[in-house]
Amino acid sequence: MMTCQTPYILLLLCVGVSAVEVQRPRGVPLSKRQFYEENKPFTCLDGSRTIPFDRVNDDYCDCQDSSDEPGTAACPNGSFHCTNAGFRPGFIPSSRINDGICDCCDTTDEYNSGAACQNTCREMGRKERESLQKMAEITKEGFLLKQQLIQEAKRGLEDKKAKHSDVQISKKDLENMVEALRTVKETAEQPEKEAKERHLKAWEDQKAVIQMEKDKARMTEVFPELDDDADGFVSVAELLSHSELDPDSDGSFTEAEAQGLLGGVDQVDAVTFESVWNNIKEKYISESNADTPAPVETPTEEIREPASDNDSEQYPEDDIPDEEEEEEEEEEEEDDDQDEGDYKSPPTTQTQEKKDDDDEGTMPPYEQETQNLIDAAQKARDAFDETEKALREVDDQIKNLEKEISFDFGPSAEFAYLYSQCYELTTSEYTYRLCPFNRVSQKPKFGGSETNLGTWGHWAGPEDNIYSLMKYEHGTGCWQGPNRSTMIKVTCGKETVLVSTSEPSRCEYLMEFISPAVCQEPPNPDSALHGHEEL
Amino acid sequence: MATFTERMAPVLVLWLAVSLSGTWAVDKGNFKTCDQSSFCKRQRALKPGESPYRALLETMELTNTRLTLQLINDNNKVRLLLELYRLQGNITRVKINELKPLKLRYEVPDVLIRDPPTEPLSLLSQDENGVVLSLGAESQRVIVSARPFRLDIMEGREVLMSLNSRGLLAFEHLRMRKDTSQADPEAEKKEETDPAKQAETAKEEEEKVEDGMWEETFKSHSDSKPNGPSAVSLDFSLPGVEHVYGIPEHADTLRLKTTENGDPYRLYNLDVFQYELYNPMALYGAVPVMLAHNAQRTTGIFWLNAAETWVDISSNTAGKTVFGKMLDYVQGSSETPQTDVRWISESGIIDVFIMLGPTPKDVFAQYASLTGTQAFPPLAAVGYHQCRWNYNDQEDVTSVDAGFDEHDIPYDYIWLDIEHTDGKRYFTWDPHKFASPKEMLQGLMDKKRKMVAIVDPHIKVDTNYKIHNEIRSRSFYIKNKDGGDYEGWCWPGSAGYPDFTRADMRDWWASMFAYDQYEGSMENLYTWNDMNEPSVFNGPEVTMHKDALHGAWEHRDVHNLYGFYVQMATAEGLIQRSGGVERPFVLTRAFFAGSQRYGAVWTGDNAAEWDHLKVSIPMCLSLGLVGISFCGADVGGFFKSPSTELLVRWYQTGAYQPFFRAHAHLDTPRREPWLFGPENTALIREAVRQRYTLLPYWYQQFYHAHRTGQPIMRPLWVEYPEDPATFALDDEFLIGRDLLVHPVTEEGARGVTAYLPGKDEVWFDVHTFQKHNGAQNLYIPVTISSIPVFQRGGSIIPRKIRVRRSSSCMMHDPYTLYVALNPQRTAEGELYIDDGHTFNYEKEFIHRRLSFANNLLSSVNLAPDAQFSTRSWIERIVILGASKPSKVILKTDDGQESQLEFDFDSSMSVLTLRKPGMNAGVDWNVMLQ
Repeated sequence: MMTCQTPYILLLLCVGVSAVEVQRPRGVPLSKRQFYEENKPFTCLDGSRTIPFDRVNDDYCDCQDSSDEPGTAACPNGSFHCTNAGFRPGFIPSSRINDGICDCCDTTDEYNSGAACQNTCREMGRKERESLQKMAEITKEGFLLKQQLIQEAKRGLEDKKAKHSDVQISKKDLENMVEALRTVKETAEQPEKEAKERHLKAWEDQKAVIQMEKDKARMTEVFPELDDDADGFVSVAELLSHSELDPDSDGSFTEAEAQGLLGGVDQVDAVTFESVWNNIKEKYISESNADTPAPVETPTEEIREPASDNDSEQYPEDDIPDEEEEEEEEEEEEDDDQDEGDYKSPPTTQTQEKKDDDDEGTMPPYEQETQNLIDAAQKARDAFDETEKALREVDDQIKNLEKEISFDFGPSAEFAYLYSQCYELTTSEYTYRLCPFNRVSQKPKFGGSETNLGTWGHWAGPEDNIYSLMKYEHGTGCWQGPNRSTMIKVTCGKETVLVSTSEPSRCEYLMEFISPAVCQEPPNPDSALHGHEEL
Repeated sequence: MATFTERMAPVLVLWLAVSLSGTWAVDKGNFKTCDQSSFCKRQRALKPGESPYRALLETMELTNTRLTLQLINDNNKVRLLLELYRLQGNITRVKINELKPLKLRYEVPDVLIRDPPTEPLSLLSQDENGVVLSLGAESQRVIVSARPFRLDIMEGREVLMSLNSRGLLAFEHLRMRKDTSQADPEAEKKEETDPAKQAETAKEEEEKVEDGMWEETFKSHSDSKPNGPSAVSLDFSLPGVEHVYGIPEHADTLRLKTTENGDPYRLYNLDVFQYELYNPMALYGAVPVMLAHNAQRTTGIFWLNAAETWVDISSNTAGKTVFGKMLDYVQGSSETPQTDVRWISESGIIDVFIMLGPTPKDVFAQYASLTGTQAFPPLAAVGYHQCRWNYNDQEDVTSVDAGFDEHDIPYDYIWLDIEHTDGKRYFTWDPHKFASPKEMLQGLMDKKRKMVAIVDPHIKVDTNYKIHNEIRSRSFYIKNKDGGDYEGWCWPGSAGYPDFTRADMRDWWASMFAYDQYEGSMENLYTWNDMNEPSVFNGPEVTMHKDALHGAWEHRDVHNLYGFYVQMATAEGLIQRSGGVERPFVLTRAFFAGSQRYGAVWTGDNAAEWDHLKVSIPMCLSLGLVGISFCGADVGGFFKSPSTELLVRWYQTGAYQPFFRAHAHLDTPRREPWLFGPENTALIREAVRQRYTLLPYWYQQFYHAHRTGQPIMRPLWVEYPEDPATFALDDEFLIGRDLLVHPVTEEGARGVTAYLPGKDEVWFDVHTFQKHNGAQNLYIPVTISSIPVFQRGGSIIPRKIRVRRSSSCMMHDPYTLYVALNPQRTAEGELYIDDGHTFNYEKEFIHRRLSFANNLLSSVNLAPDAQFSTRSWIERIVILGASKPSKVILKTDDGQESQLEFDFDSSMSVLTLRKPGMNAGVDWNVMLQ
């Protein structure tokens, strides 16, 4: 049979110096005491029905809204009030009454389960008061610091605005200077260009003469080579021995084709050969080096064979190189970037190659006059570039200043001091780095590359407290998952420090960050301590 | 848990981009088709026809317990020995082995719970064509025909089952390799690969040497096959049968399909990455048991062989439309419908148990008498399990635990996947993330909750790891074909695989679960065995090489048993650590016939897709039919991330399946029940709470499954075997016999159509108490909160409606009895109570029959010898389909009478008796006047 239960609790509560007894059914908060009047029929709080008072807390659920069983577990969605004298009163779901687990610090939820609960309210109250005290102190100090931060930010903002207008002025000056120097440069470059072209033209003409002579000399060498029978004529037959001369390169060098090359005749003498030589000189291979075989291209790419013990693509050794390849690609990209960065330097390698190819010797140096023009133009160019670069720098500076000035550093710019700072936290495996308003990253402690956990996105706290959370997003992608992202929970403290990190869900990080910037104005500390107490 | 690919995810980006190329499915190329498995190809090439086997009747010996008889293959003169047993409980056992094998062939040990007791066979008649033996019961006979050899099992004039009637008995006898004299392996290879020469040799030789007999290669893996061909095969014909079931594990419909146009169903335990639905590919477990059913009879075939096995099914009616069948019927020209089945195994012997029913329940009892029943789990294991790969650290565990309290959702077990270990060394804890496991476990224990930690059978090869060193020093590892310790690649990297087929190894393994061995463990820590197919990432088909050695036997012989043994040894460990007092709870992914004795199974690495939710029903139904009742699928789906709707629907479905665990892949976003907004939290809370209110009924079902071998989750045809409308249903099911569940498994569903069986029955909606007639298709409009569940009229179901934090917290709570009246205004039910966690239940329990008839509801003791007392009482009795009484009298065992107050809802005819208050363990009756 059911165990007998006492439907009432006797509460002794201290208010000041006087003690009063407040009698009410178990589990009922004082605020609802008036609904539970002893020996009068009880009406469910939703008004759905009225029952005799002895059915309140009789361990059977009569009311739809569970209000007849505040002190038992009989109703499915009831709640039980613990007075928790010495600590904070509270409600627990009535399913936790007598379940053998101590939930209320005053032990009142386990009145019939045999659980050996200790009343811990006093201890908890003391601890809570201590921690509230401590928190209040922190908040107080933090709030003072925050005021300083706000002042600093204000000053900083003014400085930046001042700097912004200063820089605007110097930008104007620079713009004017750039235009002036551009004119100077263009004026100097025109004569330079003409002088250079002249010099080049002279050199080309000279080269053509040298080339012709060379050609002739070679023809003279070749004729006896071709003239196998040394009869002073190159015949069709003699020509045929040089299959590389086949005009359509179809693999069969016919007599007709050879005759064609010889201009329709069967043989030519050394003089007539001159016209023939022009037709064949590109293809002709001297007999002295005809035997040297062309180097056979060995394929550098090896055919990758699967690991002998494994056919499954699931095997890691197949896949690790892939990642390396990926990294290599990334590196290459970086190299490209560098090349782009060096756009001003001339493409030296190309001219180098040209020189190597040219066996006609190098171009003679510029004459003094031309060289003077070049030097003058270069000087003008350098001056122009330098000023233009300065202008770009100033532009960047302005952009940065404008960004900073308009950035949302909180209602009073109290977060501005975090800008361009970084904070680190080291765990057993990784070092985490938070650079507020910029990015979050993770680096393995024992070697390995850094992973981007997200770049600054936006403030993400709830509407009434949007500056309590920072969201960093679009970090490095996860396999079959989202890009990494990080939430930074900012709480009040005297220092600015990254205190914890976790990855509650794959690739979604959560960090706790302490800063005075979120400290709220402390309420009167006395009211904070006693505000929640019932009496 | 996953295959290796999954877990090595970060390094696989490129591979996946290439291999998946947008689609999401198993890579079928990693697994063999029948054509790629040489014995299957060889055997399947053999077509039905006259069998070369002949029974040598003169060799027949009949003793009290068995008949033996030699068979001869007229083609090669090899003799086989046939043994025929009549076993207790209407089972016939047929064993066929070589009469004089070159060496012993593997016979599966440890799966049968004992040597099955025999009954005498008697000779009815004999002539030169054959013999007729009596099987005792109901004029059942076995006819052994001599030429060709076949067996027919008859009842009266009806053939129940025929063996070798299609002549597909094939027994590859062990032989000397013909070319072994040629020492040069190169030459040998050449010979094999030279087709012309090979053909010549074949002509000369009496027996063809085919590719794959002595060596076989799949992808880059070679199987050395030192014993040569050793396959066995046999056909079974089932006249009058159009529905066959069983042979799990396959992600397929409940009713097995014919296999003529594709591959046979394959039984070979494999870790299949992202498995595909509705096909006959092998999965993690294998139970070689098939049930055949028609409106008159249910029979079963248990093919006791642990090697790779393929099952072909064909039917003479498969291609016919309903109209075609009707036409046949009208014209009277129809041949009897018949299903033909053929089993092919790579090695071992033919050892088959023919279970003759005749009812589904008889077949379950027959199978249970051979392999045992479902382990009776601790009550808590029947509650809700919260799992994820992985809960990151102790703090994470604490906060998830607190989340359940905050959102008032009950749960019993929180689970830790592989990341909790120190570098995938099982039996250890990550020193940073789980620095004080006992503290964590104590915290859970204070809440009356428990934990499961994973222990996989692959052991990291690491000389600083105690478990590895001990296994190595005791030489407990499986050996490779050259005699060294077999090493494969798995989570920890290079790993050894303990030889669980050895009893001494299993004893040692069990001893590792002792509290002083398994550091950080406590009595509320339980175990999960994953990857026990075994999964070998770099092995053929992601498993072990078949020529690896378990002592004298090849892995080929024992493969499908490995997971069975792992769970057996682990469960034994959990029993031993408590001195034999506490019931173990062990979840396994791989399994075999008999695995039901050791714990629970789940359907492996499914996906967050609606079809995976749907297929969870036939997959668990199929397992239940072959004895494994404690089955569930990962709620929410393992791979990928479910939509909120899918997650809610999965909780609603999972709440009504035997093993109820949410699980998620490492790379998926968190999905604890409260992460999807208050409305969805409420929906999930409600589903879980429905599970908890029904725990008394669930627990009673487990008790029955344990006692009788009946499945818990049942296809409708099991209870309505004569109703053909039920035969192929697998989108709804029964729990026990009294609750019918038709989960909503369609996205955006506005309604479901449930078939309510039973011509003269009624069913009550458990939520609205509305009454519906049986033998109809009922359209049920649904909303997102609907879980269509019906209680059978004529049943009494006990519930505990005070849902608390965990099942243990509800231990002493009172019961509400739901009495659903049938048209005859009667109802029956049971109440089972014990301590919920120890083996004392064997003697200390309460088992009562509750019955309602003639307006009298009474509780009588079904187990007067058992002793147990409970603090639980009866707080409420709800009678569905009742009429209003004038008064209600409770009479308790002490003779006291009292009048009960009641409420009557005339619109739904529901009578609620208020607070009768009697103890749940005593005699009482309630009279409605």
